[in-house]
Amino acid sequence: MTAPSLQQLAPHVVSKVKEGDLAKAQMGLLGVGAVLIGAAWATGSGDKSFVWSYLVGYMGVLGICLGALAFVMIQHITRSGWSVVLRRTAENIAGALPLMLLLFVPILIYFDDVFSHWVHANVDQVTHAAIPPDDPRFDTILDGKKAWLNKPFFLVRVAIYFAVWIGLALVFRRGSLKQDETGNPEINLKLSRVAAPGLLLFALATTFASFDWIMSLDPHWFSTIFGLAYFAGGYMAFFAYLILLMRWLGTQGYLKDAVTTEHFHDLGKLLFAFMVFWTYTNFSQYMLIWYANLPEETAWYAHRAHGGWGVIGMVLVIGHFFFPFAFLMSRHVKRNPIALAFGAIFLLVIHCLDMQFLILPNHHHEPVAGEGGAPAVAAEHTSGIADYLAHMHWADFGCFIGILAMVTGFVLMNIRRSNLLPTRDPRLAESLHFQNI
Amino acid sequence: MSKSQTWGIVAEFDSASAIYQAAEKTMANGYQRVDAHTPFPVHGLDKALRQGPSPLGWLVICCGFSGICLAQLMMWWMNGHDYVIWTSGKLPYAWQSTIPVTFECMVLLSGFGAVFGMFGLNRLPRLHHPIFQHATFWRVTDDRFFLSIEATDPKFDRTQTVRFLESIGGKHVAVVEDIQ
Repeated sequence: MTAPSLQQLAPHVVSKVKEGDLAKAQMGLLGVGAVLIGAAWATGSGDKSFVWSYLVGYMGVLGICLGALAFVMIQHITRSGWSVVLRRTAENIAGALPLMLLLFVPILIYFDDVFSHWVHANVDQVTHAAIPPDDPRFDTILDGKKAWLNKPFFLVRVAIYFAVWIGLALVFRRGSLKQDETGNPEINLKLSRVAAPGLLLFALATTFASFDWIMSLDPHWFSTIFGLAYFAGGYMAFFAYLILLMRWLGTQGYLKDAVTTEHFHDLGKLLFAFMVFWTYTNFSQYMLIWYANLPEETAWYAHRAHGGWGVIGMVLVIGHFFFPFAFLMSRHVKRNPIALAFGAIFLLVIHCLDMQFLILPNHHHEPVAGEGGAPAVAAEHTSGIADYLAHMHWADFGCFIGILAMVTGFVLMNIRRSNLLPTRDPRLAESLHFQNI
Repeated sequence: MSKSQTWGIVAEFDSASAIYQAAEKTMANGYQRVDAHTPFPVHGLDKALRQGPSPLGWLVICCGFSGICLAQLMMWWMNGHDYVIWTSGKLPYAWQSTIPVTFECMVLLSGFGAVFGMFGLNRLPRLHHPIFQHATFWRVTDDRFFLSIEATDPKFDRTQTVRFLESIGGKHVAVVEDIQ
């Protein structure tokens, strides 16, 4: 038995991008992305070094691709009907993870710069000799973390994370594409069985990847909720990105009759929900550290109270919570295409700022009281927005836009190659007629 | 002595699509105090009946905001004013430590607002309703759909309305009395 196809259910819905259509956009986005990344590389130097801006953009966009993968798996595990018309696009976004592997190369090239805090731990900078344990410069904590924070094991883990992500992305996209041909509803059952252990592996890979690629920038510091907080921000950004991508495809004449106000309304709800969830996880982290008041934990926030980052922290509190909370609360906003698109763009910018807040203070912060025997920071140290602007590089936003443009170009290539929606999914009819109560 | 007055007219329909079409026709015919009773939510029926948005959301947001204010007031009074205890170098009334309680109070009062507001707007709880006297209305929780037009409707007429509901496919159309 096979499910009715899109032709039978809604003959007016275009199931595939016309030959050659969107090709200009695809090549243009790939080109603009490459140019932006190249310009960032060419203009970055010294304090405003390229790789830190690149890491900001990379982690910001990676969160979107991982959000897409999580979304696909959650739709399968919950056997959701409403989201079927969106699922192929999410599969195509997760399908950009192989490109993210390629884009990881610059981080590997600049490995010793980015992870200098632990990669040269207990090694003398001048003589390159190991610092003996009785030396006052010997870092006992980093010595204890040596088993995890060392370059060979780090590279092995990079391979494991990408194997898990790309493997899952391919399994779900290929299964879905196969169903377009065969119409076999068994594929849904099979994928929902893969989704359960898949989500488990995904959660572990994402958590440890965020530990390795962001948290280890401050290797003395630790937070067990960090992986979840990173995922929450990325998942929110994925919904913002999906809203904008579906809207743009609509203006190009694709999926307009399939993805309706009802679907955008639900995407808006999820955008709102994970914006709040980001706040929930980040406040949980902040409050526990504030309460315990242990120097090894508070140092991370101390870095972010100086050099203009205190202001950015406040911008995040308002821009990542209070303003979007009030703005996206009403159903009228979520059902208004322009208002929802504004909210999505706004939250993508804030997502980039969030990545800056996580990554950049570890690069150009000044030492705070007690750290590495540094004296207390002088009271006259300014901490306004001017400090942030003085330290920031245009590439802190430019790399995010560049990598996002490249990924979007790659996603468009995926979209052009496959059907626009799972044409023979057994729940397609439910999704096409979906209504909010 | 029990006093009886007409409550309205009730008609039975077989399917969700039948009651949807009946609702559209009834509203197009100029009736205003119309309601539908179904075993499960029927998509779009509220639009067919031209029902406006529920005011419940505004009630919930007011209750939620009251929860925030009450929680802050409580903690300011207890921790910061009436019985100040300094612990571990934290301010007795520090905003960080008030957030969880504030959040919980907001959720609690919003929940109360949603549940009891719904009760109030629906005039619940009540033990009996005149519509229960309709002979087949018990099937509303099983497999039948009912449309009611109340006697307070300006267009209501005992014979014309019955005839109208029969003309749009209603079965067991009957006048329901409100016995007090």
